[in-house]
Amino acid sequence: MNHLGFKIEKMKIGSFDFTCCEGCQLQLANKESTLPAFLGLLDIRNFREISSERHDDYDIALVEGSITRSDEIERLKAIRAQAQVLVAFGTCACFGGVNSLKNKIPADEAVRGVYGDKAVETMPSTKISDIVTVDFMIPGCPVSKAEVERVVIGIVTRSLNNLPKYPVCVDCKQKLNTCLFDLGEVCLGPVTKAGCDAVCPSGKTACLGCRGPADDMNFPSFLQLVREKGLSHEEMMEKLTFYNGFADYLDHER
Amino acid sequence: MHLRTFIKDSADLFRISAAGACPMIYKVISKTEFRKFIDALVKHNTAYGPRQVDTGSGGKPIYQFRPVTSADEIDFDYTVTHSSAKHFFLPFRDELSRFSFEDGNWEQEVRYEAPPLILIGLRPCDISAINMLDEVMLHGPYPSPYYLARRKNTFIIGMDHLPLPDCFCKSMNRHTVNHGFNLFCSDIGDKYYLSINSSKAYSFLKEFMLEEPSYEDNCLLIERRKMIKHSFETNIEVTGLPVFLDIEFDSPIWQKWGDKCLSCGSCAMVCPTCYCYSVEERFDIDLKGSSRQNHLYSCNLVDFAQVAGGHNFRPRNGDRLKYRYYHHYRGFAANDNQQICVGCNRCGRACLADINPKDVINDLRLERESCMICVSPSPDRT
Repeated sequence: MNHLGFKIEKMKIGSFDFTCCEGCQLQLANKESTLPAFLGLLDIRNFREISSERHDDYDIALVEGSITRSDEIERLKAIRAQAQVLVAFGTCACFGGVNSLKNKIPADEAVRGVYGDKAVETMPSTKISDIVTVDFMIPGCPVSKAEVERVVIGIVTRSLNNLPKYPVCVDCKQKLNTCLFDLGEVCLGPVTKAGCDAVCPSGKTACLGCRGPADDMNFPSFLQLVREKGLSHEEMMEKLTFYNGFADYLDHER
Repeated sequence: MHLRTFIKDSADLFRISAAGACPMIYKVISKTEFRKFIDALVKHNTAYGPRQVDTGSGGKPIYQFRPVTSADEIDFDYTVTHSSAKHFFLPFRDELSRFSFEDGNWEQEVRYEAPPLILIGLRPCDISAINMLDEVMLHGPYPSPYYLARRKNTFIIGMDHLPLPDCFCKSMNRHTVNHGFNLFCSDIGDKYYLSINSSKAYSFLKEFMLEEPSYEDNCLLIERRKMIKHSFETNIEVTGLPVFLDIEFDSPIWQKWGDKCLSCGSCAMVCPTCYCYSVEERFDIDLKGSSRQNHLYSCNLVDFAQVAGGHNFRPRNGDRLKYRYYHHYRGFAANDNQQICVGCNRCGRACLADINPKDVINDLRLERESCMICVSPSPDRT
């Protein structure tokens, strides 16, 4: 392919899932209006939700899910060895995700709650960057297809590719939403990375921080805000730990 | 609308501003008749007016400019909208041009189209803010055809109001406005006292029952203005502020407030005059075209001053916060002899970290004044 005098190559991708709901990968097959053009930019080598073909000559690996079993570690390392670029795809891969809720309780209790007496191997849910080097993160629960399209276009055309660095509040204010703090709720918008078009607060649901911390966000000021508004510390902690995206900040606080 | 039209329009705009010097027409209209007028206007046009969108946790109504299709939907006695009317002229995201690529070549398409729009219920500070944006967008070396198209095609109906406890537009001398609108309504009880500032407004209104202002109406208007003027509870001393800011460039006060700042950009989004933006190119997914868009940004956002190669000229919250204040209260004042803040305090209300111009400026003045005790006061004028 030639584009404005530049040679363009289709992205040879593999898409892989670990401990997750596969919802992020499903997003790749979503947004039907642009799906043919989107797939036109990809050479799918390995992606079980779209094709039954399996090849191991992918350049870019999209990895969805967190790591919760020892065999997943080996599989992830093998993918890393093959891929030139490894993308943590979705909140579970980026931060550990909603699976990390089980880290709050003893492992055997979690297993018993889900599987009863069946013996199941499980470890605390971890983000993939704890195991391998990650080149790029596309956070979101699920990822935004529009953002994935921009990232893919950026890679294919070798143009500048940035996720927003600022917090969700920017998008939320642009939607003229009522601030959820004004309605007496704790919302993680001020500390969470934008790019989701403020979809949750636009539906009057507080941001739970699925996209992780905004760059250089002001955590002490956020804690003070919740305190001064007289809002519940427990509610705040529940939200901050929901996707495990703020673990580094919370460890620091303790 | 293409470039040729734009040049013609520029000349039109000049005539409009020249016509602004002509005497305003004053009339009074009963509130019932006024509602009929508004109803007719909004039924046949795209119109936005103040509507209650929520009730805050303290029980206070929250208003925004929202689409309206009948007078009944409009909260004429609203207090203030949470966000300003800026985005009708400077959309948060705006397509500047489209590119199409074919056979290794490209074409650019630029449109300055703006459908006619009616804005109802803007406050004097809101209209003043648009007049300031005119200075920036139309009267600088590179007038914006995008802004011009919207400005020309927007019909503005202003309404006065009693200030909220935190409004400080009087300090900025923006509590009244005498141009930049088509029609302005002062509430004098059962009637509105109308200032008609465009032939379009006059020809619309001719269809309705207008009266010449009586002696009593004139008195009521003056009373109303006095009452508004004396109702301000928040005042900020801005005299000489540009010089203060020059002196205080390295003040620790900036970091003190910066430490509170969430760098969330809410202040700039709701501000009626913040116009800073970033430009980005977005490819169509089929790579056959692309869109060049501008996106309203904020100097408080972490990467506002980040340049190619990654260097960030203002990595600290305090530096970024400072520059927002400098732009509003110093830079613009030095260049255009006016401060670009209108005193609506929307930024203060939207700020979750409780940062507002009154407290920041008073803090700054307090620091400076506390070190000036050795200076003897000037003798009183006689």
